[in-house]
Amino acid sequence: MNPGLKRGSAAIVGVAESDLGAVAEGMSIFDLMAQGVRRALDDCGLRLDQVDGVFCAASQSRMSALALCEYLGIDPAHADSTFVGGASFELHVAHAMAAIDAGLCKVAVIAYGSTQRTIGRKHASAREFNPYETPFKPFLPASAYAMAASRHMHEFGTTREQMAQVAVAARQWALMNPAAWEKTPLSVSDVLNARPVSDPFTVRDCCLVTDGGGAIILASPEIAKTLKKAPVPVLGFGQSLTHANISSMPDLTRTGAIKSGAQAYAMAGLGCQDIDVVELYDAFTINTILFLEDLGFCPKGEGGRFVEGGRIAPGGSLPVNTNGGGLSYCHPGMYGLLILVEAVRQLRGECGERQVKDCETAIVHGNGGVLSAQSTVILGTMATI
Amino acid sequence: MTLALETSPLSTYLDYLRAGKLAYQFDPVRQSAVFYPRVAAPGHGGNLEWRISQGLGTVYATTVVHTRNQQPHNVALIDCDEGFRLMSTVKGIPPESVRIGMRVRFETEDIVDDDPRPVFVPEENAQ
Repeated sequence: MNPGLKRGSAAIVGVAESDLGAVAEGMSIFDLMAQGVRRALDDCGLRLDQVDGVFCAASQSRMSALALCEYLGIDPAHADSTFVGGASFELHVAHAMAAIDAGLCKVAVIAYGSTQRTIGRKHASAREFNPYETPFKPFLPASAYAMAASRHMHEFGTTREQMAQVAVAARQWALMNPAAWEKTPLSVSDVLNARPVSDPFTVRDCCLVTDGGGAIILASPEIAKTLKKAPVPVLGFGQSLTHANISSMPDLTRTGAIKSGAQAYAMAGLGCQDIDVVELYDAFTINTILFLEDLGFCPKGEGGRFVEGGRIAPGGSLPVNTNGGGLSYCHPGMYGLLILVEAVRQLRGECGERQVKDCETAIVHGNGGVLSAQSTVILGTMATI
Repeated sequence: MTLALETSPLSTYLDYLRAGKLAYQFDPVRQSAVFYPRVAAPGHGGNLEWRISQGLGTVYATTVVHTRNQQPHNVALIDCDEGFRLMSTVKGIPPESVRIGMRVRFETEDIVDDDPRPVFVPEENAQ
């Protein structure tokens, strides 16, 4: 059950976004990763020559860790390009933590970059042919999540309006984030009347297609306490890999977040009632509903009703996806790194207008594939150690 | 010496489909159906047996895919009565009329150039 990691044995010390949205013509994913690394090093005051652990994942590079190390001009003691889709970066946090604890490296950088908007989505991610799915022409990943939504509506009476509330709340948060892609208000009827993509989803139920990336830096508590900003210790981690293809998902309304969340809470010694801010991978509106249920914020089946009335929007009782999420802030193919960035900034109190008051604990939940890879990281301030 | 397989799981499956049969595998250890076809049983790695489905099932999940400049089409997950699930499409009715819980029957689709596809029709429409 417990992955063997030690609570608080590593801390996130630096975070940064690369350029986001639509980046300059000709920028590569490694330009974006290097921008992230440089800015994250500036954020904590470490130097590139102190980085001895490199972690990354990308859909646009077959050997991303190799290419990133070449670009940065470093030959690190430890490297890891574990790739399970958008949930990869939370796994990297756990792997970096284990590597630091085992003495394999002292300063670990986790980086990501995508230019999917600039080069086009079909060029950014190779379509794999699955002889048991591809002949039926699902529009993936949207159709997979849409079928999960169809089940949730069927089993629990979840409505289109409730799903639209997720998109509306994300947009309200995005309007308070200067880095967000979307700049105009969104209503429930805007969501419902948008272009249909894969029923029940319209394009406003689906994440953005943007460029972007970033980096985070982890270090041991001893190094962390000597740096520019207050360290953000990693308190808990959990993962679950339930399937790869949607036709093999055991139950479309119960995700691996049930297991990953339980592991992370157990390691952190916290429950959902102790969490101050929630950063979930919202690739589609149904994700937020599923993960709020599976991470314990409401009972199974109640997610649709839970998000009504602005509960997860600014001013609501539970702050969720405070950067505006993949739905309205940025979604560069894989979004799992950017939710770690936002959680750290909330814990540091750096979020300006959208800052959650008295923020001491954060849950970050990554999602990869088609609800396939689930990974949960719980972070805190030094007061939680 | 271990003998190499002469036929892949996919080829066996497609050969059955060309003969108008929906094939799946059965795990004698767990007494459960397995789909998609594999060389080893999921979970324990044991042998699998081929079986032929009666072709009756229930729609488990459904969506209508909207592609620009094309007619919308249905994509569904079907739970077959033998206990396995597969992705398919329900034909013979408008794509938005496909409902979760609907009883459906397997048909093979006419093959032109590509491999055959197992499709489903509402049971009352079945030929």
